[in-house]
Amino acid sequence: MALVEIRDVRKSFGANEVLKGVSLDINEGEIVTIIGRSGSGKSTLLRCINALEQVDGGEIRVEGKAVRTDMQDLRQLRQRVGIVFQAFNLFPHLTVEKNITLAPVLTGKSNKQEARQLAIDVLERVGLAEKIDAYPEQLSGGQQQRVAIARCLAMAPHLMLFDEVTSALDPELVGEVLKVMEDMARQGMTMVLVTHEMGFARDVASKIVFMHEGRVWEQGTPSELFANPQTPELKSFISSIK
Amino acid sequence: MNLNFQQLWRYQDQFIEGVILTVTLTGIAAVAGTLIGLSGAILGRSGPQPVRWFIRSYIEIIRNTPALIQIFLIFFVLPTFGLKLPPFEAASVALSIYFGAYAIEIIRSGLDTIPRSQIEAGASLGLSRWEVFRHIVLAPALRNIYPSFTSQFVLLLLGTSIASQISAEELFHTGSFVESRTYRSFEVYAVVCAIYFALTMAFKGAFAVIGRLAFRWPVRR
Repeated sequence: MALVEIRDVRKSFGANEVLKGVSLDINEGEIVTIIGRSGSGKSTLLRCINALEQVDGGEIRVEGKAVRTDMQDLRQLRQRVGIVFQAFNLFPHLTVEKNITLAPVLTGKSNKQEARQLAIDVLERVGLAEKIDAYPEQLSGGQQQRVAIARCLAMAPHLMLFDEVTSALDPELVGEVLKVMEDMARQGMTMVLVTHEMGFARDVASKIVFMHEGRVWEQGTPSELFANPQTPELKSFISSIK
Repeated sequence: MNLNFQQLWRYQDQFIEGVILTVTLTGIAAVAGTLIGLSGAILGRSGPQPVRWFIRSYIEIIRNTPALIQIFLIFFVLPTFGLKLPPFEAASVALSIYFGAYAIEIIRSGLDTIPRSQIEAGASLGLSRWEVFRHIVLAPALRNIYPSFTSQFVLLLLGTSIASQISAEELFHTGSFVESRTYRSFEVYAVVCAIYFALTMAFKGAFAVIGRLAFRWPVRR
């Protein structure tokens, strides 16, 4: 059984159908990279996996359990599936430590005594332990994004979603975030990324999914897809990003 | 002009009592009104439809009618329905209801300043809607409205003077009383004004200090 099973998922915003029947499996330990032009539905698909968007048709199962939007299920789902956003979305009024420990303490994953140690542990994984008492506004974009990843890690998720996490960063800050993600990939975290970083997709991903007009147009390993695209749409996409 | 402040001096006890009553009235209305404001702002966005409708009507009625008439209604009209409140109590109730309507609107506008992405970030960490509100939305929202809340508070403090019209013995009422005894209109109202001015300045200063202590996190300018 795949960790995430996406079956014929449809999603519309008003009259605009963004996902037109998407099916996809994500297996444990896989690094799945979703690529495609903007408007192809990549981010929407990602946000459907942890129910930030509600699907209009089809079904998504995470660890065999259907994703639903009633509160009890939602809380459990989101403790297993973390998401990192393009704009970091750190809480500006909380220190790095509190940003990280807020959810684990409130959801009972950690108690107040262990919380600081938990924050130190996850911050060490992203190389920012010395920033534990800083406020988000005092950090660079790259550091903020690494804290956002640490905040996610503190929930010990089984799956992490990355929604264009380097797109809002200055070019010189992209590398530090990608390096953290590479480390996580090496440690066996299951990851689904929407990204424009083709180098990262090529080197780290175990599977690449090319989305086009709300559908999974092609999927395969990086070498298959990049060396031997089957459809004219993927061919033109690859040549457009080179 | 022949000024004479000497005569006022013997009324200093009355002035002090007037100040205490004005501050007490302001305090009661500010606390009660803020509680109304918070719950009204929350229920106004996520309560059931009849409740939202009620809150909307409450805000519009209070903000589009004179506070003086609201206070009269509470003091003179409620007794005909069997609820007779003494002047100070009636003024406290009326001003709480009055301040509450403005507080709802101010707090609501503060909640609107919090980007959806903050709420999503909280939700995606498995927090309930209430936890997101309490731990993620509330403090930044209050910070954003703190200046307008402070000015509304000053308006409330100055507005308590209308309680004199139902003979609650606050500062303005004291002034009228002393004026009727001394016939020193200018001196009396100059002193009353100076006291109101000193009070608002003191409260503004206190609010600034509280704000600095409560909202310590750095923000982008």
